Order: sequence, then C-alpha cells, then structure tokens
Amino acid sequence: MSKRDSKTGTDVPAVKWESGLEIKAVYGPEELAASGGTDAVGEPGEFPFTRGIHPHMYCKRPFTIRQYSGFGTAAETHERFLFLIENGNTGLNVAFDLPTQCGLDSDDPMASGEVGRVGMAVDTLADMEEAFDGIPLNEITVSLTINGSAPVIMAMYFAMARKRGFALNELRGTAQNDILKEFVGRGTWIYPVADSMRLVGDTIEFCAQNVPRYSAVSICGYHIRESGASPAQEMAYGLAIARAYIDHVLARGLDIDEFARTLSFNFNVHGNLWEQVCKFRAGRRLWARILKDEYGAQNPRSMQMRMLAGGGGGGLTIEQPENNIVRGAYYALASALSGTQTMALCSFDEAYTIPSEHAAKLSLRTMQLLINEVGLCDTVDPLAGSYFVETMTNEMEVEMQSIMAQLEAEGGVVDGIAAGRVQAAVNARAYDRERKLQSGEVKKVGVNIHREEEEEREIEFHPYDEQQTASQIERLERVRAERDAGAVAQSLDTLRRVAESGENTMPALIDAVEAYATVGEVCSVLKSVFGTYQEPVGL
Amino acid sequence: MSTKDRGVERPIRVLVAKPGLDGHDVGAKIICRALIDAGMEVIYTGLRKSPAAIASAALEEDVDAVGLSILSGAHLTLSKRVIEELAVLGAGGVPVIVGGNIPKRDFAAMRDLGVAQVFPTSSVFEDVVQYLRDEVSR
Repeated sequence: MSKRDSKTGTDVPAVKWESGLEIKAVYGPEELAASGGTDAVGEPGEFPFTRGIHPHMYCKRPFTIRQYSGFGTAAETHERFLFLIENGNTGLNVAFDLPTQCGLDSDDPMASGEVGRVGMAVDTLADMEEAFDGIPLNEITVSLTINGSAPVIMAMYFAMARKRGFALNELRGTAQNDILKEFVGRGTWIYPVADSMRLVGDTIEFCAQNVPRYSAVSICGYHIRESGASPAQEMAYGLAIARAYIDHVLARGLDIDEFARTLSFNFNVHGNLWEQVCKFRAGRRLWARILKDEYGAQNPRSMQMRMLAGGGGGGLTIEQPENNIVRGAYYALASALSGTQTMALCSFDEAYTIPSEHAAKLSLRTMQLLINEVGLCDTVDPLAGSYFVETMTNEMEVEMQSIMAQLEAEGGVVDGIAAGRVQAAVNARAYDRERKLQSGEVKKVGVNIHREEEEEREIEFHPYDEQQTASQIERLERVRAERDAGAVAQSLDTLRRVAESGENTMPALIDAVEAYATVGEVCSVLKSVFGTYQEPVGL
Repeated sequence: MSTKDRGVERPIRVLVAKPGLDGHDVGAKIICRALIDAGMEVIYTGLRKSPAAIASAALEEDVDAVGLSILSGAHLTLSKRVIEELAVLGAGGVPVIVGGNIPKRDFAAMRDLGVAQVFPTSSVFEDVVQYLRDEVSR
C-alpha cells in the first residue's frame, strides 16, 4: 500500500502500467498542466493528429473490419474469403502457410507437415488466381500477411490483379512486409538484414510509383509486443523501425512526400485499456511530429499514422477459453476508443488452433456490435480532454521518445537488431513477465486467479488434412509441367542480374511470377545472391 | 545416460530446439532462461532447424535431454522425425520433451511416438525443472 492520493492522503494500492508509468488515484487540472497540458491535442484530422487522422473519424465511416484468415489450399481459402465477405467483412487479411512465408515450395523437405497448416499454401501465381477468383479487387482492401517472401507474394498479387483487368492504381490494401520486426519476433526472415532492407526499399519505391493506394509496408509493433515488449516499447520500436525504412528510401533519392503515405502500422491491443488508448494517441502524435519536424514532410497525409489495431493473441489464455470472447470485446473497445482505421480480433479459440468458422464469426460480430449498438461511432475521440487520458497521453509520448533516444544512443534499431540487442531486451522482459504471471504478481483470470482445476475444454479444432499436402504438391507439379520452361529460366536469369546490380527487383519479380516461376525458385535465386540470415547466438 | 552414470557430477545439459518453420520463439527462449536460472546448461538452436540438425546437435553437445518447442500445430510430424533422427545416430535414449500449444487430445499420440513428456502452453517453470531433475538424475 502506498499513498497514491496525495490530496487526501488516502492509502490505495499502487498502480503501475506495463510501460512503467505510475498511475495516480485521481487526476485533475494540476496533473494535466504538469504533464504539458492540452496544447498538443489539436483537432481531429489536423496535425498532430492526437484525436485521429480524419476530421469525422467513425461518424463518417466506421473502422474497417479485416479478420486474419487463410488455410489449406487456395480453393479452401477462397471459400472462407467468400464467407467473410458475405458476413460483412470489408477487407481481407490473408494468412499464408509457413513454407510460403519462408520462401519454400510445398515439396521442399523443410515444408513437411507445414503445408497449408497456418495459412494458405502458395507456390505459384495459379494459387493466387484461385484464391481471389471473382473477388472485386478494386472494392475490397486486401492485406497480405507476408514478410520474408513479401516481394514475391506482392508481385504475384499485382500480376494476378493485372491479369484480371484491374489497374495497379485501383488496388488498395497492405502488405505486412515489415522484415525488421521478423528478426525480433515472428521469425520468417530469409535474407541477411541489409539485403532484406533493400528488398523492402524496392517494394516501397515500386508502390509509391505504381500502386499509390497500396501500403507497401505495415510496420508492426504488434509482434514485438507479443514477444514481450511493453506497450510504450511496442510503439517506440515500431516508430524506430519505420524511421529506418524512411532513411533507407530517402537515400535512394525519393522525396519524403512521395512515399511516406505508403507506410502503415499494425499494433497490438491487450492488457490495460487506458494504457492502450494513451499509447495510440501518443504514438500518432509522435509519428506526426517526427515526419513534420525531422523529415520535413509537407503533405499532411505523410504525417498520418494509418493503422490496424488488433486484439492481441498475447492476452488470450488457453484456460477457460470462453473468457477470451469477453477479452476480445474489451480489446475491440480499446481499439475503437483509440481511433484505429482497421480492426482485427484474435478469435477465442486461437490459443489452440486456427479459428473455427464459429469463432471467426463471433469476432466479426463483436466488432459489428461496437459499430451498431454501443455508440462508438457517435462522436470523434470521446476520451479527449479527460484529465487522466490527456495527462497519460503526454507521459506516454515522453516515455516513447526516451526509449527511441536510448535505442539511437546504443547504435540505432537496425544495428540493435542485427546484433541481437533488441531481441535480448525484449526477451528478458518476456521472461520477467512470465515469472510474474507464475508467481501471481501479475493477475490473469483463469490462470492465476479464479482458476478451475480439470476444467473441460470444449474446443472445435480446425481440421488439418494431411492429404492436402499431396494435392498441393500435385498441383505444383502440374504447373511446373505446363508452363513455358524457357520463359521461367529466362525470367529467373534476369532476376539474378537485377538482384546483383542493385536495381529495383519488383519488375523482374513480376515477370518471373507471371511466367509461373515458383516461390521457392524465386527465393532461391535471391538467396544465391544475398545469402541467408544467421541468427545471433545467445538468448 | 545420466549425470550419475558418468561418475562425475555436472549440471544437467539441455538442448532447446525449434524444429520446422515455426517462428514463435518466446516460449523457447524463456524456458532457456528458466533452466539456466535453475542451474542447468542450455544450448538453444535458434529457429528453423531440421530434425536431422537437431539430433546431431544433441549428440555433439552431449545433452541429457532435448526440449522441442512447437507452436505451428506440426508437433506430431516434427516430434516423430526428431526422435527417428536421434535413433539413427544411436542417441535414442536421450529423452525428448515437447512444449507449445499441444492440445490434450494429442498427448497420447505424442507418448506413443516416444515423447517423454509434454508441457503444453501455461505449464510452469517449476514443473519442467523438476521433471528434468527427476528424469535425468534417475
């Protein structure tokens, strides 16, 4: 017990957010003034965008609902896409299986047991064509959750769209394509850090010039948070990574306003509701200031943090899984109060399995309830002006700046990741957190309080069909047999030359996938030029 | 094979490995730290190791146990292959324990494959440490 209420001297239990900030029992004008006041709050849709990037936010258009989905073959994924669209999804968020994410074909020995398991298997353009068959790509926004092999999969998506008669400038959506965070969490890296950065640069440059409404990168604090970072670290590391991409592309001679709008963000929502809200309001403001003050951006769109805020898997528990439905609803509420552009929720069974149709629909309904029943679209940034929220938004911004400054002082985020320092820091925090969960210092319902022993877990498991590996491999062999082998060889030769020369690889990648070169073939060529990433030793 | 058989007291040595393509390494890394804090020697393979590479690392490092961390759902396929590779190298006696999001309904199948113990998500450090102490020094 400590005296948290300084005015009355009352003893109430101390509260500290995960980000390390101490919370008072009561906030008022004095606390707000001491934290810097409300001068930087501004108007919605105006710099520094604390209150959101649009003047009318959800009053004009609610957040986009974009559930993560995809499994098995392209045909199965296509069916799920149609189901989601029919049920009101306004965007698609595509999951790929691990061989695709790691740049391997389905018949690679390392792919054994993983084909189509955690997402859709893609070997060639034929799979992409089947998955998106009939889906109006000019109406629906499509997010491709792909990183190491992102340039190849983006090339396939663009080639497929063009083949179906869409112009590239009609396409809207995002590729995740944030390779730096893959070295910290998630782990689907392929090439060394510097070459990976060059490929991200190629995609940003290509999209800025050819696919202007498509976000080439979605910078993910999300997975860094899942790996153990605090909310303030999540945002600070995310912004530092975004700056690294910007610096890389600026060095190519592009102007900041030519490409900054192609960067978007993906953040995590679990834990303390207020901490999330303040994290987003502070992060949005800090990003705007960085773009304007440090990079000299002129176009307000360059300064706007467009984001997907997703109900984080890290908050869900394997114990009492139905509790995750309730957690998901609170996470969705936090996301909506934070002014996200797009929302996705982990489904309640996701601690066990790929979401069942039933669980996926519940997540969808959770978000639709927010839009239609609870009043989240009534007015813009309803928490603005709260003594507490504005004080802590100010404090969170300072905390993020200090984390970024420290990262910079230690040699910058790219170097910190290449040397493994960032990974070690995040993992040390994950270990500390886990120990606190196991000791009960951090409370988690169903896990260390309100436990039920030997509870029955009735979960409908998403079936994994071992046979689908065989059929996917057959399909791959058929494409290999039917394509023009000479054209494939020639396109791969060109790709090798381009990769060696330092030119932008995207046009050559598109040509190669159009000739039905496989993901594995294309990535092998790039690996032969760049080499593969070697994880730093140590924890 | 145990510390006592060798006649020399030495810390328990454990290889913690990530087989296959799964990139979720938070669990693997924190269990490494927990085992180190419990006085054990831990070798962590890093991500994306083939079953053959894991088996030969186990042999090379002369470990008392191999811990696999699998969260992609491919635990049956991958555990089976690691155990087979260990047998090929004549190290079939090294106990293999598996952690990750392993559903209860697969526990029996894991045992049948030769997995010594399963520690599903939400297992506590103490149980893993105790298990290794009991098994390895038996």
